[in-house]
Amino acid sequence: MGVIGQSEMLFLLQGLKWTLLLSAIGFIGGGVFGLVIALARTSGRSALRKTAAGYISVFQGTPLLMQLFVVYYGIGLLGVSIEAWAAVAIAFTLHASAFLGEIWRGGIQAIPKGQTEAANALGLHYVSRMKDVVLPQAFKISLPATVGFLVQLIKGTSLAAIVGFIELARAGQIVSNQTYRPLLIFGIVGAIYFIICWPLSLYGARLENRMAKAAR
Amino acid sequence: MLHAADTQSPLLSMEAVDKWYGAFHALKNINLTVRKGEKIVLCGPSGSGKSTLIRCINALEKIEKGTIMVEGTKLDDSGKSIDAVRREVGMVFQSFNLFPHMTILENCTLAPMRVRGTSKADAEKIARKYLERVRILDQAEKYPAQLSGGQQQRVAIARALCMEPKAMLFDEPTSALDPEMVKEVLDTMIGLARDGMTMICVTHEMGFARQVADRVIFMASGEIIEEAPPETFFRNPTHPRTQAFLGEILAHH
Repeated sequence: MGVIGQSEMLFLLQGLKWTLLLSAIGFIGGGVFGLVIALARTSGRSALRKTAAGYISVFQGTPLLMQLFVVYYGIGLLGVSIEAWAAVAIAFTLHASAFLGEIWRGGIQAIPKGQTEAANALGLHYVSRMKDVVLPQAFKISLPATVGFLVQLIKGTSLAAIVGFIELARAGQIVSNQTYRPLLIFGIVGAIYFIICWPLSLYGARLENRMAKAAR
Repeated sequence: MLHAADTQSPLLSMEAVDKWYGAFHALKNINLTVRKGEKIVLCGPSGSGKSTLIRCINALEKIEKGTIMVEGTKLDDSGKSIDAVRREVGMVFQSFNLFPHMTILENCTLAPMRVRGTSKADAEKIARKYLERVRILDQAEKYPAQLSGGQQQRVAIARALCMEPKAMLFDEPTSALDPEMVKEVLDTMIGLARDGMTMICVTHEMGFARQVADRVIFMASGEIIEEAPPETFFRNPTHPRTQAFLGEILAHH
């Protein structure tokens, strides 16, 4: 059995760096496109609504693993050479945008119709109606579910290993193969995921509690 | 009461307006002319179309037939005509519909800043003026949920006034209020009427109708059944449906 030294720990931390980076890219990219999806899904135009609904169905109805696979090799098939991290970033952005889009769609639709009517009666246009009136309220309602999805996304980045991407879980696997101490290594890897995800889950639960109290 | 209004040209008119919700004929051949400064009270049983009627005036509802003109603008499907009408016509809702995530002051400054392009400083000045007028300026920094229903409705009136509209629509403004708060809202509306605002009010407050209305309009089943100055309307209603309605509503007051 090998020794777990500084270099092994550094290797794991390298993997952690990519895990966090991928999560951030997925969350930010997914947030931007997810907003577009949510707005399309609640639009007055049925073509936009249907397109967004189809997009959401596809990405919610297929495994993330397969989405990574299709994007990575699909872009390769188009004759464009792309680095693993870019392909993975694109796949996570698409995946996250579908889920966040659907979460925020629910938030937007939960805002009472009177809010939009009051905004209309005051002469506010779509952009202001959304930006100033509807979205701030919708995001607040959606925050617990959004945090919950972020936790899923962080853990989901481990699937990026499928296309040869060395993030935290894959780094753990490599170190474990070198040291022959899988239990210890995956114990450490698991603990790292837990330290990141647990506070987020707690935060989400607290938000939900606070809202339930406010609604009472 | 002064009837200077009678000599002026119409501010608002509806001609042969029909509206359906699917198969339901919600408004039937509505003809209504409102002159500048006139106060109209619309009443009738629930489902009679009175709310629908005023919601058509600022295009919250679409009409299928007929013409609506506001200040010389013909309301059609174009965003331009809808914008023009909404700039001139304010509305107060039964459920207040204040924006809960904004302070009272922000509620009042949003539309002037976004729609009229007023600077923040000027918008706040206007907002303070109207909040003062509805006697709620001391609550300007609070959020709607911290206010009573009557206070919220007065803020909603101030918010509409901040756009400096030429006419105000009131859609059952006191129906969602506890009885002890009705008076403060009605007093605000009476003050507004005294200052010459053109008003169309859907309300069952017959005392208010007696006091400020130039005309009371009774609707039933989507039609205007009877229209008269309040003295005539309450003393000598001609249509049996009006008589039945008044008998019922006055028995409760």
